[in-house]
Amino acid sequence: MSEPAAEPGSLWTTGEVVEIERIGHRLVRLRLDVAERLDHLPGQHYVVRLRAPDGYTAQRSYSIASEPADPLLELMVECLPGGEVSGHLHDVADVGDVFELRGPIGGWFTWSGEAVAVCVAGGSGVVPFVSMLRHADGLGILGRLRVVAVARTLAELPYAAELLAAGVFVALTRENLGNRVAAPPYPEELSALVDGVERAYVCGSVGFATYATRLLGEAGVRSDVVRVEQFGASG
Amino acid sequence: MPVTRGFGSRPRRGRPDRLPPGQYDVGRDWPVLTAEAQPVIDPEQWSVTVDGAVATPRTWTWREAHALPGSTYVGDIHCVTTWSMLDTTFAGVSVDTLLEIARPRSDATHLMAHCETGYTTNLPLADVTGGRAWLVWEHEGRPLPSEHGGPVRLLVPHLYFWKSAKWVDRLELLTADRPGFWERNGYHDRGDPWLEQRYQGDP
Repeated sequence: MSEPAAEPGSLWTTGEVVEIERIGHRLVRLRLDVAERLDHLPGQHYVVRLRAPDGYTAQRSYSIASEPADPLLELMVECLPGGEVSGHLHDVADVGDVFELRGPIGGWFTWSGEAVAVCVAGGSGVVPFVSMLRHADGLGILGRLRVVAVARTLAELPYAAELLAAGVFVALTRENLGNRVAAPPYPEELSALVDGVERAYVCGSVGFATYATRLLGEAGVRSDVVRVEQFGASG
Repeated sequence: MPVTRGFGSRPRRGRPDRLPPGQYDVGRDWPVLTAEAQPVIDPEQWSVTVDGAVATPRTWTWREAHALPGSTYVGDIHCVTTWSMLDTTFAGVSVDTLLEIARPRSDATHLMAHCETGYTTNLPLADVTGGRAWLVWEHEGRPLPSEHGGPVRLLVPHLYFWKSAKWVDRLELLTADRPGFWERNGYHDRGDPWLEQRYQGDP
């Protein structure tokens, strides 16, 4: 591995699937051995490109779940209805398969410990924050990263056990969790988490991102410190 | 590059000849992608300024911009995240109209679009003149929604859509190229979808 890519946007390379775990009907976790891999910053993404025998290609971007120190690249992909790439990764991909990869990409939605930050994730939007949490844990600076993960049920939240073990505030909207009754997060529940933050990150669907940026505003976070990553409809 | 085991080409809906490489037809389901919190902008408070390397810096309010000769784009748009929307319609004013009034100096080579949120994107002057760029406030005959950049966004449909800056409020003429927001953050300086200029390092 080389120095972190200060100017991300590397050229195409390949990655071989070393581990694959299908989680329920909607999630697949892939661990890849990337040729000529460049170090990434937590929050960045990779493009995965599939190639048919006739030369037709399809490509989509996926957030990185692994921390920079991990020798493998980990992606957690949510399967979208009719998703051409996510469907292949969930239904067909196997250990030993080689995919075209490009990355790391994105120099905006990144965190390496430089700012005290609050992160608000909706569902599989938690993936870039898993990379940030693992990185923070490795550096012993978990206190600089406060993560809020919102999901309908614990089963639908990727990395739920890891998030709870890291002290993440998990807000479930369709089932109770411990003493917390099913509900979206209240601004009062965020007040301690946003205290003293210099930056905020929001990742989720378009609807969730709109909701979460408003919630952060109600909790007292200035909109100009909010960085947003949205996904959906690009399957 | 290797063929992906078990992956076959899908019949591409719509008109494959209209899709640049690596793009798919999203139909009418227009995705929303932004890097910042969505602002609330009252059209009556909105204005756009053309300044920098121009003979006559000029600001237009919402009403003044609407009093300029209108212009419509009918055609395709392409997002770097791989969706394209075909045969869509925007209405507003041609950037040519604004530049004819502000008159770029002879040494102006580029333009930086600035937005209410602080977002910026850079464009060669040749990509925003000659009927290739607009400020638009209508989509498919309706006011442009805020999530799609309303009240007014830049439209440069022959380049990837991050160049079509949402919530635009200033066009700054430059005498040398300078990278904008995504151009500093890993994306290509020009962004021609037919050349697949997605990221830094692309041709």
